[in-house]
Amino acid sequence: MISGRVIKVQDNISTDHIIPGRYFHLRSDLKKLSEHTLEDVVENFYEKAKNGVILVGGSNFGIGSSREHAPIVLKMSGVKAVVAKSFARIFFRNAINIGLPVIIVDTSKIFDGDDITIDLEKGVLRERRDSYKLNFPPLDIRIQSIIDEGGIVNYIKKHGDISFEM
Amino acid sequence: MAKTMVQKIFERKIESDVKSGMMIIVPVDLVYVQDGTGPLSFRQFEKLEKDSLAFSENTAIFLDHAAPSPRKELSNDHIYLRTMASKLGCKIYDVGEGVCHQIAIESLVRPFDIVVGADSHTCTGGALGAFATGMGSTDIAVSMGLGKNWFRIPESILIKLIGKMPKYITGKDIIISIVKYFGSNGASYQALEFSGDIENISIYDRLTISNMAIECGAKVGIFPSDEVTREFLEKNNRFEDFKELKPDPDAEYIDRLEFKLDEIEPMVSVPHYVHTARRAKNLKDIKINQVFLGSCTNGRLEDLRMAAKILKGKSVAKGVRLIVVPASKKVYLDAIKEGIIETLVNSGASIMAPGCGPCVGVHEGILGDNEVALATSNRNFRGRMGNPDSYIYLSSPLTAAASAITGYITDPREFDI
Repeated sequence: MISGRVIKVQDNISTDHIIPGRYFHLRSDLKKLSEHTLEDVVENFYEKAKNGVILVGGSNFGIGSSREHAPIVLKMSGVKAVVAKSFARIFFRNAINIGLPVIIVDTSKIFDGDDITIDLEKGVLRERRDSYKLNFPPLDIRIQSIIDEGGIVNYIKKHGDISFEM
Repeated sequence: MAKTMVQKIFERKIESDVKSGMMIIVPVDLVYVQDGTGPLSFRQFEKLEKDSLAFSENTAIFLDHAAPSPRKELSNDHIYLRTMASKLGCKIYDVGEGVCHQIAIESLVRPFDIVVGADSHTCTGGALGAFATGMGSTDIAVSMGLGKNWFRIPESILIKLIGKMPKYITGKDIIISIVKYFGSNGASYQALEFSGDIENISIYDRLTISNMAIECGAKVGIFPSDEVTREFLEKNNRFEDFKELKPDPDAEYIDRLEFKLDEIEPMVSVPHYVHTARRAKNLKDIKINQVFLGSCTNGRLEDLRMAAKILKGKSVAKGVRLIVVPASKKVYLDAIKEGIIETLVNSGASIMAPGCGPCVGVHEGILGDNEVALATSNRNFRGRMGNPDSYIYLSSPLTAAASAITGYITDPREFDI
């Protein structure tokens, strides 16, 4: 179960929004890099997120570059899960590989500042006072098992390989 | 059963029937990283605790995004990548060699290959009939360590390009039109398969079209490998690498579209998304400060040649900077031999070392506050060229060259080529 306050952002959040190319030189210093997460989109995002938040976007979250630094800095800056109407393909896969939960659901009823809880197994997202309850299809069991291990590197270290016969 | 090109590529690998939507694990033929994603890829690879790369001869590192390095942190990343290359025995293309995708198509990518790169524009290789797709650093680390990865076989959308390429229209105008049609995610998780009168589409236009397939969310933008592909490979002394790839006539597609080439106009993506695009002729009031001719999308010899045709004997407008970055060393040398570089320099261009140049905002041509750039690269997201308070438009090299002369966005049909 994941719970936290919502920070809501717009449609089409790109990897350049999440961590701009002007911080390219900080990519080998992820702590410093994460201090600039979403700074062109949400004022003081790093400060606001550090005690744990759920980031809610609109459609096509994470478009653009293959830079995995984008989901990494979100996770490092305190984002516990990203919820969006739809995700860009590479971002979605990157998030799973590093163990950051990504949830596809219609986000139009969710507002900035809401307190929500997410039950990944049951596929239910709920506002604290139950003013809304949204259902989403749980992730493919193979993908969920990668997230459960904390990402694909841990998964491979534990199982010695990738395999879909589980 | 009749098969799409994508299905044929995967079937050849696993030697059994595949269907779209299936998740399968397959060996990969080529794995590459660049200096922006490479350090994280190799650190993740080190965490896998493997002693060696699965296929060191098919693993390549490119130093192209910050080349030459503008900062000590990036120079240290380069040192790390060089150390890993020598320790693990993989290929490394150092500063000055050019953009990863350009070198990959000149030397490494073959029809039927499965190519994964830690860069979203790896899909450029689809122009040669490869299943080439971008991934993140950890996926690339897995591919380097195990020599394979998991894929969901995408559904395919058939895009028929009908007719002949009109003068002044380029692959860039076609792909911007296609991205405008789909929006930024209209083809997410799917493959674009190009068909129709493709014998009329040069390899250079195909490369630009495949390069930007990702801009509407597609996993790959793939062309059949035909006589045009064979000619390109032979020109690069790669006689052995050709294999014919074409879809079966009654293969299953989830959508079929037609684009008539003679109806396409010079197109420009306007800030801050690729899919928000308009005709160049309707943007003539937009004043520009910088033109960038280059990148993995449009930094090839043909691109530089087209721009030089427009710029020959003319100067860029007062106050406009023209930055030219050949996509590879080969492109640079060929452009010198042809006199293209001389023409561009005489018109006022600054020529930079082969590589990504200003595309990603790391160095070379960072925009000032409220400045406007017209670039031949593939993305105009806010802040992309180093400053969130600036504006990026995207166009073909012809439109870029015409606009450099007038200082305003200009339809290239106003100039003779």
